[in-house]
Amino acid sequence: MTDNNYLVALVGSVLILAGIVELLRRRQLKEKYAVLWLIVGVVLVVFTAFPALLTRIASALGVAVPTNLLFFVAILFLVGVVLHLSWEASRLENETRKLAEDVALLRLDLAELKRENETTTD
Amino acid sequence: MGETVREIRAATPEIPVLVVSDGSTDHTVHVARHAGARVLALPIRLGVGGAMRAGFRYAVHNGYDAAVQVDADGQHDPKQVPALLDGLGPAEVVIGARFCEHEDGYRVRGPRRWAMVVLSKVLSRLTKTRLTDATSGFKATGGQALPLFAEHYPDEYLGDTVESLVIAARAGCAVTQVPTRMRPRRGGEPSHRPFKSAVYLGRAAMALALALIRRWDVTPVPAPSRGLRPAEEGVT
Repeated sequence: MTDNNYLVALVGSVLILAGIVELLRRRQLKEKYAVLWLIVGVVLVVFTAFPALLTRIASALGVAVPTNLLFFVAILFLVGVVLHLSWEASRLENETRKLAEDVALLRLDLAELKRENETTTD
Repeated sequence: MGETVREIRAATPEIPVLVVSDGSTDHTVHVARHAGARVLALPIRLGVGGAMRAGFRYAVHNGYDAAVQVDADGQHDPKQVPALLDGLGPAEVVIGARFCEHEDGYRVRGPRRWAMVVLSKVLSRLTKTRLTDATSGFKATGGQALPLFAEHYPDEYLGDTVESLVIAARAGCAVTQVPTRMRPRRGGEPSHRPFKSAVYLGRAAMALALALIRRWDVTPVPAPSRGLRPAEEGVT
């Protein structure tokens, strides 16, 4: 890797980590996701700063091409994240459904109460 | 829509009518209310199943012991509501079936027809009764099925017909059918295009498979009864 490439990659991963921290600071990211993304950010910075680390882990695990190890882990991780998000979305949909029903039921109750009130006061 | 409500009220004056407006315009709500219905207006669109569960929850909350669902498009004849309600008692879900012994104008062909036949076969076996038209939207619900549906009615594709029957069968509710005559719809045409029918077949198979493998935590509680019965309809 040339010095230039190294610098660009390092700045890039530090920026990603900074972005994650900033999202947390502005309370745009829930605590339950915070730890996960902080770990991702830190791991990213560490591997960009010390590329030799990846090569050593890869050879220790018997992976011939170090980047393949990176891709493998990254894909596994991303599939997990997407699956989790789909699950969250389904859960949220169920919650909004229940809330929408409650709002409709309450509004009808209220309308009926109002009508009763009007007929008794007249 | 208003016409359908007036028709229901004329056919069954002693039964209150609830219209579930699924995120539709204020105009619909106004028309329905003007026609003499109570209107449950959902703030966002939930689909047929969502509208249905809202209706069932209303029925349970207000102490009704049965509910009849009638489509807003005028396809279902309100004069047959008493026949559906008569089926309740021994049964807890009564389906108003199309293409029964009656000679009616309702005909479906192609993949959509196959899907309906297969669904009816599978659901007949599951509910241990002969169902010829499991996908009918004209149904009466009572007994333990009412609180069950108020809690567990699915809001997914075909959930209002296929999956709801699977849930009822799992909970041990008795299902039966009565023959009904269908009328042409007042608004909206049923699709008979081959591609759409094929998609319907696939999605129906998927819905059935999902319904069969899903775990349902179904322990219905006995409903407090007050003897009144609302007819309800889902507007989508």
